[in-house]
Amino acid sequence: MSRTITTSDKKPAARADIIDGHTLSMFVNNKPGVLMRICQIFARRAYNIDSLVVSQGRDPQFSRLTLGISGDPAGLPQIILQCDKLIDVIHCYEHTPDDSVVRELALVKIVVEGGEKRTELLQIVEHFGGKTVDLNESSMIIRIEGASDKVDAAIRLMNSYEIIETVRTGKVVMARGEQVT
Amino acid sequence: MATLNEEELDGAQALIKTLSDLGVEYVFGYSGGAALPMFDALETVESNIKFVLTRHEQGATHMADGYARATGKPGVVLVTSGPGAGNTITGIMTAQMDSVPMIILSGQQVTWMLGKDAFQEADIFGITIPIVKHNYLVRETNDLPKVAREAFHIATTGRPGPVLIDVPKNVSQSPFTGDLDAEIDLPGYKPEEAMDIDSSSLEAAARLINLAKKPVILAGHGAMIAGAEAELMELANRTESPVTSTLLGKGVFPESHPLSVGMLGMHGTAYANKAICECDLLINVGSRFDDRIIGQADKFCAQAKIIHFEIDNAEVGKMIVPDVAVVGDAKVALTQLLPMIEQADHADWLEHINGYKKKYPLGYKKQGGLRMQQVLDDIYELTDGEAIITTDVGQHQMWAAQFYLNDASFKWISSGGAGTMGFGFPAAIGAQFACPDETVIAVAGDGGFQMTLCEIATAVIHKLPIKILVLNNHYLGMVRQWQELFFDNRESGVDLEGNPDFVKLAEAYGCKGINIKRPADVKKKLQEALDYNEGPVLINAECVKTDNVFPMIPAGAALEDMLIEPPKHKMAKPVGST
Repeated sequence: MSRTITTSDKKPAARADIIDGHTLSMFVNNKPGVLMRICQIFARRAYNIDSLVVSQGRDPQFSRLTLGISGDPAGLPQIILQCDKLIDVIHCYEHTPDDSVVRELALVKIVVEGGEKRTELLQIVEHFGGKTVDLNESSMIIRIEGASDKVDAAIRLMNSYEIIETVRTGKVVMARGEQVT
Repeated sequence: MATLNEEELDGAQALIKTLSDLGVEYVFGYSGGAALPMFDALETVESNIKFVLTRHEQGATHMADGYARATGKPGVVLVTSGPGAGNTITGIMTAQMDSVPMIILSGQQVTWMLGKDAFQEADIFGITIPIVKHNYLVRETNDLPKVAREAFHIATTGRPGPVLIDVPKNVSQSPFTGDLDAEIDLPGYKPEEAMDIDSSSLEAAARLINLAKKPVILAGHGAMIAGAEAELMELANRTESPVTSTLLGKGVFPESHPLSVGMLGMHGTAYANKAICECDLLINVGSRFDDRIIGQADKFCAQAKIIHFEIDNAEVGKMIVPDVAVVGDAKVALTQLLPMIEQADHADWLEHINGYKKKYPLGYKKQGGLRMQQVLDDIYELTDGEAIITTDVGQHQMWAAQFYLNDASFKWISSGGAGTMGFGFPAAIGAQFACPDETVIAVAGDGGFQMTLCEIATAVIHKLPIKILVLNNHYLGMVRQWQELFFDNRESGVDLEGNPDFVKLAEAYGCKGINIKRPADVKKKLQEALDYNEGPVLINAECVKTDNVFPMIPAGAALEDMLIEPPKHKMAKPVGST
């Protein structure tokens, strides 16, 4: 069976006018169409949504969104206000790594057929606190969880193996201390 | 009319009953299959609502818009699904851009057909998301009254805007078993916060105002919506500031007042733009700093401090970063500000500005054919400046803004942000329904008028005494002006060859028509039109073909680069904005 490597973890070259690593959290009404309203605000202003996590809040009337975005840094405060202005958005905050905890989870499927290579790989997984969640004669799926840069580092190390695909959840964020997310 | 037992209402009847309870007088619209239950409810529910059948859905939206701008109350539109809803897009966008309260009810396919390309199905909810303040696709019959109440609340509070309610046919025709008085539930919308003004921002604003030597007040639509006319007048008198207004702010401060310098911006008065260039403090009350008033943003008031009174937080710093932002309702904010403002003496500054008024007055040539400016100047005189003026978009609009001074709010109805051709005439119909005793004049060009002229039928049927003033130069004059100035006079797509005989056209609809060809006839013919009140009258004024609007600030250029008269050298193409 021939395998195609479908994912590249290469990052595009950094551009001065692009910010990344910005994380927004929104508390919104849990009903159809809300995500459309939010996405249109970003698309219109040439922002890319790099990651997006949506889940129901503790009160099912609301949902929680975490967005990782990149775009012209000058426009970000206005974007936050535009999102906040939506009737369906209860609040929208930007969070920095200093004031919040950010986590994501990645699943990495790698071709490995036992022997020394597999042992090596398992050592990497152990170093990053990951776990093997599927294992067979020819491949394995590894789960890595943590801050985005930790997940990036783990995948970078695994790049010397034959990665078939990676799936990442995208960032979830929670404000530290008494601050509201 | 059949009397209804509340126990036996269907969704559409519950909806129309709610609209009636909310005080709706007029619904403008066009019927169709998916809207049948709502149209039937207009007949079966006892209410004071009068339905106005238009000739096109776009006309319905502009009529609702004109009604809303003349009264401050939301205009209501009722259309069917698919193309019916689609035809409202331009009107909804126009209302959104100019902060006009509007409710659009659209029929929709039955819920189980949504997403299946059923007959006249269009995702109008998705389509209108970027051009509404909020919208709904109602899936539960019992939600209809609550949604209608929420829509009215959203449309009319805070910064007003249009709200669309899409109603699938099975939702409107199913039995209603809910609560007609269900409370609204909008946890993400708190317009009452606009009444609570941050006192430190007011103190900072007062400090800047009391220190200013050359202040200018910029009055926008927001000041009008807030009803801040008296506070604005007091602020102007106490600070001895010249007052300029935006296109949509015309009338919130009387333009015939000695402190008024008229409209600013691309085709504003030279003295308003010069006042802006030379002031040391700009006090913006309720304008969003539209690109057509600021020109090149980094040069706008570069030497001056800027205070921005703004109800929409998302507008603060969007175009211009102010030194002080006062977020909230303009009337509440000014009321709380005024006790902190000292009486100023800016006689020198006012005299300086008056010098500009004398040096650069608005004018036009009296020879060489009939000019639009003369027609507007004459109708201003004949109506004592007291008519409600609606306009289309283009040269006639700018000249109307320059020559028809407004001394009161809600009497100038023009599509500003969206720049919608075809707006003026249907908007006049809405305004005339709202204000039956006022003189309503629709000023249009021959281009824009032809986009919605089918509404002559609507005006005739209801015997509305609207004066339709078609300033006819057989051209899309403003575009032609740009081609002349910036594209070596290469005309492209601007010649309206083949215009109909507008008077005969009016007569075909049963509307009176009057031609004006000679400058000497203008007053007599306009008076004849003003004296005719049996129904609409169309005045076709054959004007000079190739006149240009000045002053002019090329799009995106700095205010100081204003052209007061035709340039003698070739102009570079504007690139900063449109």
